[in-house]
Amino acid sequence: MKRFYVLLVAIAVVGGAFLYLAGKSKGGSLSAVSDVPPANDGFKGYTLGADSAPVEVVEYVDYECPICAMFATVQFPTIQEQLITTGKVRWRIRDYPLRIPQHPNSRYAALAAQCAGEQGKFWPMADSLFNHHDWAMTGKDVSGLFRGFAQGAGADPVKYDACIQTQKYAGRIAASYQEGEQVGVNGTPTFFVNGRAYPGRATSDGFKAYVDSLIAHRTTRR
Amino acid sequence: MRHRQVIAVLALAGLFVALYLYLYKIGVYGELKCGSGGCEVVQASPYAMVLGQPVALYGVLGYAALFAVCMVGLHPRFAAQRWPTTALAVLATLGFAFTAYLTGLEAFVIHAWCRWCLGSAAIITLIWFVALPAALRSRRPRTES
Repeated sequence: MKRFYVLLVAIAVVGGAFLYLAGKSKGGSLSAVSDVPPANDGFKGYTLGADSAPVEVVEYVDYECPICAMFATVQFPTIQEQLITTGKVRWRIRDYPLRIPQHPNSRYAALAAQCAGEQGKFWPMADSLFNHHDWAMTGKDVSGLFRGFAQGAGADPVKYDACIQTQKYAGRIAASYQEGEQVGVNGTPTFFVNGRAYPGRATSDGFKAYVDSLIAHRTTRR
Repeated sequence: MRHRQVIAVLALAGLFVALYLYLYKIGVYGELKCGSGGCEVVQASPYAMVLGQPVALYGVLGYAALFAVCMVGLHPRFAAQRWPTTALAVLATLGFAFTAYLTGLEAFVIHAWCRWCLGSAAIITLIWFVALPAALRSRRPRTES
């Protein structure tokens, strides 16, 4: 019986010490991305849809933005079904991580998406970032979570880690941001359709009506 | 008596695992020591909340209840009584069933593994393997020879 109580005390001491030390190491690894000059490597964003699609939509996105997440999870699946898989639209994603204190992980999320994209896993990574958007509201260190997303998307974690640690695409993200500023982006999500600011509502119905009108106009002009 | 001691030891270990996950979920810890990102993926999924509360909270309460019943059952006043053994079997079965459901979600829905959750699953499975036979033995009529 005495051995039993000794064992209980030992577990309590070890468990308590672990919980205490885990709390002390809080914030040990920050998921920050350095400010780097824009590096224009010619990359113009990941695309979804046929190269021959008559309409191209460019979306400037901030992964930490709740409206972007809402759009990606609620509207985009219908857009994909009605416009992208039917060959009408090619969708292009550009990074525009907002530089506001409320979005401390925007650039890190963009970097994570680029690092997964390097391995051909951009879209599943972007889906994970938007589908599990709790991370944007907790203020926690997101590095482990994003690594898990990358792994879940099928990326090699070792290559992903190397990409993140060297901040390989920080310059590319800065360049995308700069290009966004130049074309008048001042919030996210911002859309351009065939190079012009999209005037409609950011809904699947809005995009469908606009794209169909563009295609109809194109057809009648022929 | 022996089975109550074993379950108490396991339940206390499980309590610390569940407490760690709960404290992470409510924001006390910034990151989970997981080795991979699977723990965070599971914790960030919508399945990490049940009835508006973190799943880990149910783990904390379940292990605390198991531990409390064990300690009461080990008291000389209750040592010979059968109800703590029955209560442990009921709690362990509920915990085991809930854990099996959560582990199934990890495997087939979330497609990510949380090592701490798997550790907790192993603990509750061991508890169930100890509690259930003990309860079945206690229901058999004792024969005097």
